[in-house]
Amino acid sequence: MQIKRLNVLGRTLRLEREMDEFLDRVSEAGIIFKKGVASYLAGGISPEFEQLIEKISGLEKRGDEIRREVEYELYERTLIPDLRADVLSLLESIDVLLNDYEENMYRFLEEIPDIPDQHAGDFTRLADATVACVECCVLAARAFFRDLNAVGNYTHKVLFHESEADDLSSEAIQRIFRSDLPLSQKCHLRYFLDSIDAVADRAEDIADDLTIYVVKRQI
Amino acid sequence: MDIAILIFLSSGLFLGWSLGANDAANVFGTAVGTRMVKFGTAAAVCSLFVVLGAVISGSGAAHTLGKLGAVNAIAGSFMAASAAAMSVYWMTKAGLPVSTSQAIVGAIIGWNLFSGSSTDLHSLATIVSTWVLCPVLSGLIAMPIFLLTGKVLKVVKLHALRLDAYTRIALIVAGALGSYSLGANNIANVMGVFVDVSPFTDFRVADLFHFTSIQQLFLVGALAIAVGVFTYSKKVMLTVGSGVLPLSPVGAWVVVVAQSVVLFLFASEGLEYFLASHGLPTIPLVPVSSSQAVIGGVIGIGLVKGGRNIRWKLIGRIGIGWLATPIISGLLCFVLLYFVQNVFDQQVYRPTPYRLPAAATARLQDLGLDPARLAPLVGKEFGRETAFRAALGALADLDGDTRDRVSDLARVDPLRVDADRAVEGSNGWFSPGQVTALRRLDGRAFDYRWQLVDALATLSEDWRMLPAAKVNKLKNKKLRQQYDALYRAFSVPPQ
Repeated sequence: MQIKRLNVLGRTLRLEREMDEFLDRVSEAGIIFKKGVASYLAGGISPEFEQLIEKISGLEKRGDEIRREVEYELYERTLIPDLRADVLSLLESIDVLLNDYEENMYRFLEEIPDIPDQHAGDFTRLADATVACVECCVLAARAFFRDLNAVGNYTHKVLFHESEADDLSSEAIQRIFRSDLPLSQKCHLRYFLDSIDAVADRAEDIADDLTIYVVKRQI
Repeated sequence: MDIAILIFLSSGLFLGWSLGANDAANVFGTAVGTRMVKFGTAAAVCSLFVVLGAVISGSGAAHTLGKLGAVNAIAGSFMAASAAAMSVYWMTKAGLPVSTSQAIVGAIIGWNLFSGSSTDLHSLATIVSTWVLCPVLSGLIAMPIFLLTGKVLKVVKLHALRLDAYTRIALIVAGALGSYSLGANNIANVMGVFVDVSPFTDFRVADLFHFTSIQQLFLVGALAIAVGVFTYSKKVMLTVGSGVLPLSPVGAWVVVVAQSVVLFLFASEGLEYFLASHGLPTIPLVPVSSSQAVIGGVIGIGLVKGGRNIRWKLIGRIGIGWLATPIISGLLCFVLLYFVQNVFDQQVYRPTPYRLPAAATARLQDLGLDPARLAPLVGKEFGRETAFRAALGALADLDGDTRDRVSDLARVDPLRVDADRAVEGSNGWFSPGQVTALRRLDGRAFDYRWQLVDALATLSEDWRMLPAAKVNKLKNKKLRQQYDALYRAFSVPPQ
């Protein structure tokens, strides 16, 4: 009985570590995404950019693996029965953020958008705001497991960064469509800005869900 | 082996099964209802610990007799146990948690009515007050524990998974302990009356292991409880754990703790003795039942959370179930006794005559009564207690307690002292002084119980009741149990 109890706790601690690792991967992917956008803006498809794509793919793959393991364990051992559905939905939504980072990087690789120097700053600022938004979302998710009171602080910041990303994207699109660039290029660039901004929108949706989960988790 | 004994035993097994099906919810209901412990795991742990509790701590050979012990004929016990079991079964079928003890007391009241014995109004008052006091106390205790737990968890900041693991372990440990005491405390109600007709024999394995016939009997009863847990307890568990209020796992734990605290504080004579013997103020003891406590705890948490999620309709049904259980059980017992007595020609009670002897005069004076007033009763025989009490009531206006005492003085219960029979298998339950007194009276016959009490009290101070005080309560209780065991062992069967 004693051994089994220790074993149960051991598996719980391992699962706890895996969940933390999953969130670490998402944070790391944000940093790489920022570097990737900066690298593309500086030198297009360079060996450095390709290396960063490889890294983010690795993180996405590992993230998927951990998510599946955690989901399986949660169901197989009927852990946190009252929160399980919310936790699974949270992990899946956060995993989508990781996919979004990877997808955006691949879009640069596949479509090689032509970003004029005068608009490069818009892309950098939007990527920074989006990554900050996702980072706050990750912190909120961490707090959901350990410190419910702190979740509100982070979700509030998510909303702030998301709104900032919306403003930046809107301003950038206005600037692009008021420039002399060909319409096809304007549309192409807008598509990239929308795609990056969508990551922040998704983080905002997760923050909204988290607010509800917190109410449900009050003992 | 007498086939009739096996038939009689079946009612005990049925009662055990009903008890398992209903009372397992008191210990594991919240854990299973919140899905923290799988039903299979809960049933396995509960069954194992019920069996251990019943066999290891199910009270020793000499002093085993549950509430059904008040019934003085085996066919009567059979019907009373069947009536109690049936009423608990019906409530279990409806998914309602009820008190098995109250069903048994209800059945005994049915037997009392049938046999013309008077009913101890105290047991009725106990049942009714339990319905109100116990859930209220449990709810009041659950509220601060729930709030405090919430505050502590905010400070400790445990990971949700670790909190889940700790809560799960706590629920299983609490459930196991609860199951152990469920087995230990209730096996006497299930199997106690069959101890004297146990079809088993003792066996030993090389002096290392001694399995007495009573332990074997209790094992069979405990297995019946275990079968009840496995086959039929899930519905009541879900009512307790999630039907009344959707509980969180921590809430489930709080309910279990509140229930234990209520049982410990308000029902523990050991605690009362400890406090009284150290000169500390005691907590008033009130009748508590774990079935009622667990529901009170759940409601308490619901109220702290604002009371919106409580299903009051279900609470109403549970309340009606509490009310109905002893009533149904009593009525059913009465009808069954009538049936068995008249259709199967079985003796369902042993008539006890009542005759106030002249020798009781001194005792009447002790009670503050004028013997001259009761003179018309002296030497006159009554076939039933109710008839004696009616005659007594016509002569003097006595309060309930004095009436009970006079009634006890008049109760004819022939006894013949057989010291060996009393002491055998008692494993030191009687003090050396008590045993010496018993041996000196060996072979003596008495017509009344109080005559035996007087004779023993004269021979040894260990047989004397101590003055009524809280510090003496436990000792007097043990002495009363010892006297009850003697009455059983020395009872002379009617010619």
